[in-house]
Amino acid sequence: MLLTFVAIVEDKPGVLTRVASLFRRLNVNIVSLTVGRSEKNGVSRMTIVSDASPTAGHRIMASLYKLEDVLQVDDVSAHSSVTRELALIKVAATPKTRSHIFELAEVFRARIVDLAPESLMIEITGVESKIEGLIQVLNESEDRILEVSRTGKMVMRRGQHTSRVLDAMRVPLKESEVETVSPDDDAIVDEEAKLPQ
Amino acid sequence: MGEEKSTGTRLTGSEILWATLAAEGVTEVFGYPGGAILPVYDALRKFPIRHILVRHEQGASHMADGYARASGKVGVAIATSGPGATNLVTGIATAMLDSIPMLCITGQVSSKALGTDAFQEVDITGITLPVTKQNYMVTRPEDVASTIRKAMQVARSGRPGPVLVDFTKDAQQASALFDFEAAAPDAYRPHPMLGFEDESILKAAEMIRSAKRPVILAGHGIIQSGAREQVLALVERLQIPVATTLLGLGGFPASHPLALGMMGMHGEAWVNHAIQQSDLLIACGMRFDDRVTGSLSTYAVNAKKIHIEIDPAEINKNVKVDVALIGDLAEVLEQLLPHLSPRNTGKSEWLTEIDATKGDCAVKDIQNLPDTGHLYAAHVMHDLWHATDGKAIVATDVGQHQMWEAQYYKHEDPRTLITSGGLGTMGFALPAGIGAKVACPEKEVWIIAGDGGFQMTASELSTIAQENLDINIAIVNNGYLGMVRQWQEFFYDKNYQSSPILSPDFAKLAEAHGISGATVRTRTEAVEAIKTARAHKGPFLINFLVEKEDSVYPMIPAGSALHEMIRRPEKNPLIETAQDV
Ligand SMILES: Cc1ncc(C[n+]2csc(CCOP(=O)(O)OP(=O)(O)O)c2C)c(N)n1
Ligand SMILES: [Mg+2]
Repeated sequence: MLLTFVAIVEDKPGVLTRVASLFRRLNVNIVSLTVGRSEKNGVSRMTIVSDASPTAGHRIMASLYKLEDVLQVDDVSAHSSVTRELALIKVAATPKTRSHIFELAEVFRARIVDLAPESLMIEITGVESKIEGLIQVLNESEDRILEVSRTGKMVMRRGQHTSRVLDAMRVPLKESEVETVSPDDDAIVDEEAKLPQ
Repeated sequence: MGEEKSTGTRLTGSEILWATLAAEGVTEVFGYPGGAILPVYDALRKFPIRHILVRHEQGASHMADGYARASGKVGVAIATSGPGATNLVTGIATAMLDSIPMLCITGQVSSKALGTDAFQEVDITGITLPVTKQNYMVTRPEDVASTIRKAMQVARSGRPGPVLVDFTKDAQQASALFDFEAAAPDAYRPHPMLGFEDESILKAAEMIRSAKRPVILAGHGIIQSGAREQVLALVERLQIPVATTLLGLGGFPASHPLALGMMGMHGEAWVNHAIQQSDLLIACGMRFDDRVTGSLSTYAVNAKKIHIEIDPAEINKNVKVDVALIGDLAEVLEQLLPHLSPRNTGKSEWLTEIDATKGDCAVKDIQNLPDTGHLYAAHVMHDLWHATDGKAIVATDVGQHQMWEAQYYKHEDPRTLITSGGLGTMGFALPAGIGAKVACPEKEVWIIAGDGGFQMTASELSTIAQENLDINIAIVNNGYLGMVRQWQEFFYDKNYQSSPILSPDFAKLAEAHGISGATVRTRTEAVEAIKTARAHKGPFLINFLVEKEDSVYPMIPAGSALHEMIRRPEKNPLIETAQDV
């Protein structure tokens, strides 16, 4: 079963190793791991997707908290949240074969971000299945995929739970920020439902 | 960390290290010098800290560990870079598995040379990452005080553990302003998953009140948390019998009428039976290790379980529990006790039943057995216990003698059994016993080691001699890696491959170090030799030549159910129980 954790960690050398080493020690496979800066200085945010037994969630979370550099952990697997992944896909394409890839990109709400005589590069953001959908369609239409780079999942809880760090820092949320659902976000979800799979 | 403040005294990084340790209350350290730590050694003479020179850095980490176990204070070990640092690792892992507060300081090549495979450079923070609670590298003198203070805090807080600080040579030599107060770490951040609902306390209390066949499982947590009084109160209020883990021995007085003894693989039959038959297990600061549960699917199947534990990651790890009270054991029991009023209904059926199993276990005083002329290890343990009234600090190694000690030496007080439980590190006893003696010079200390394990760190005899420590050493010499031989006897058709072991004449070896020694072959000699050793000022070694092919009974084969024990064969005259009323 896939378990997804968001860990707020100190931005110091070696922290990534510690987190990765913990999963290795627990004999839990990491499916994807993304790290980047968070909204707070000196603090990074990781999204860790792991393949573990459903009962392992508590232990993974408790063990993450035992690492001195880990400030906050959230098991987001069971919560309503927004999940996104970014992929760059380089496809072999000549001026003659380009146009149908342009069409595909449009259907998938992807963008062409580089164009060369022999290839082009597609940038696509979305849930995993959307990215996989595009890759599959490319493969089926016999376009040759030259390179794929995927970020792995980033996850954020919807609504007021989204930033536990802000809560911990006691930054009061403005009324208007509480319980909001981004219309854009829903629009994307709706669009995804309509995509060819 | 460590913005340079305008206040303080200007000192070198090495001086700051010692000044910080001294201000943190450190009075003794165990170590071994080398190039990358020499500036630190050079600065030592200015500070009121005693340095014990070891013979191998593994000895330094075990000594720091034994020091911490005996005193409850953080033990400190120091080594140079490269091989000095890697030699510490076994001792660090030993401390990690048993949650021992320890600080290891290693020298490191200069920061400019890091990552160049410089002479004696090794990535010790990388190597020790999975066996330390936390580790740090210090490359600037202004970070020394704050890092050491933080390391001490991490080592002793929450569930304690070893911390390593790797200290580059340039940071040892350069200077900075030292301000102890300004280097104080932020307040300790407890594990956020600690705590429980009030309801859980009420539920636990109700479960305890209504249990007919409760057993308390007493672990290392009793000692670490200092919860002896609270556990005694719980036990006496409701007349609940107490089974102890190996590391819990001494946490609860062995002479207490409700003390059952050690549980698990080599626990007495009635202890394991009581656990298997119980309807409620109250686990106090223990982690349901495989050596105490046997097969999990058959473990105490009819018992509800309450788990009082400081580490949230231990909850439901091996055994699924009904109520988890996550926190410091003493504090949790303080909250629980007001909900439990004393019950005094005479001896319960449950206790009578346990007593009956005890009787069935061929209870006989070991002293009353006819003397067959053979010396058994159990005799040695019994006689040591008897002579010292169960009050000595005993450091044991790993193997059969360790289990016999646990069965026959009845520890009355916390911090009197120093043994490697989680990692099972042979070679531990001698250095750990030295550490314990340094921590508690006024206490009687006995080191009990097998002929195999003793030889792993025997070079530390020389440390005892140099420091003239008044320590007694008992070598239980059976000519075998006894525990290995026992497994080979039971599970490998008596194929004693590589388990017979030749030893030097240990008494002569002691003598070569200027340490008095004796060799003992009979029960009478044993009693005499123990008396001599105790009366002797200074170190004394006794080489007990015991029965060679004796086994530790009962034994639960790894992975079997707790009640599926291998018992001592009938015809063997030696009793199998430590019961000694
Ligand atoms: C460092 C290390 N190596 C190997 C082992 C495996 N082992 C466990 S007990 C044992 C035999 C110990 O023999 P000895 O020290 O003579 O003690 P005895 O069992 O005979 O009392 C061995 C080899 C271990 N626990 N630690
Ligand atoms: Mg032996």
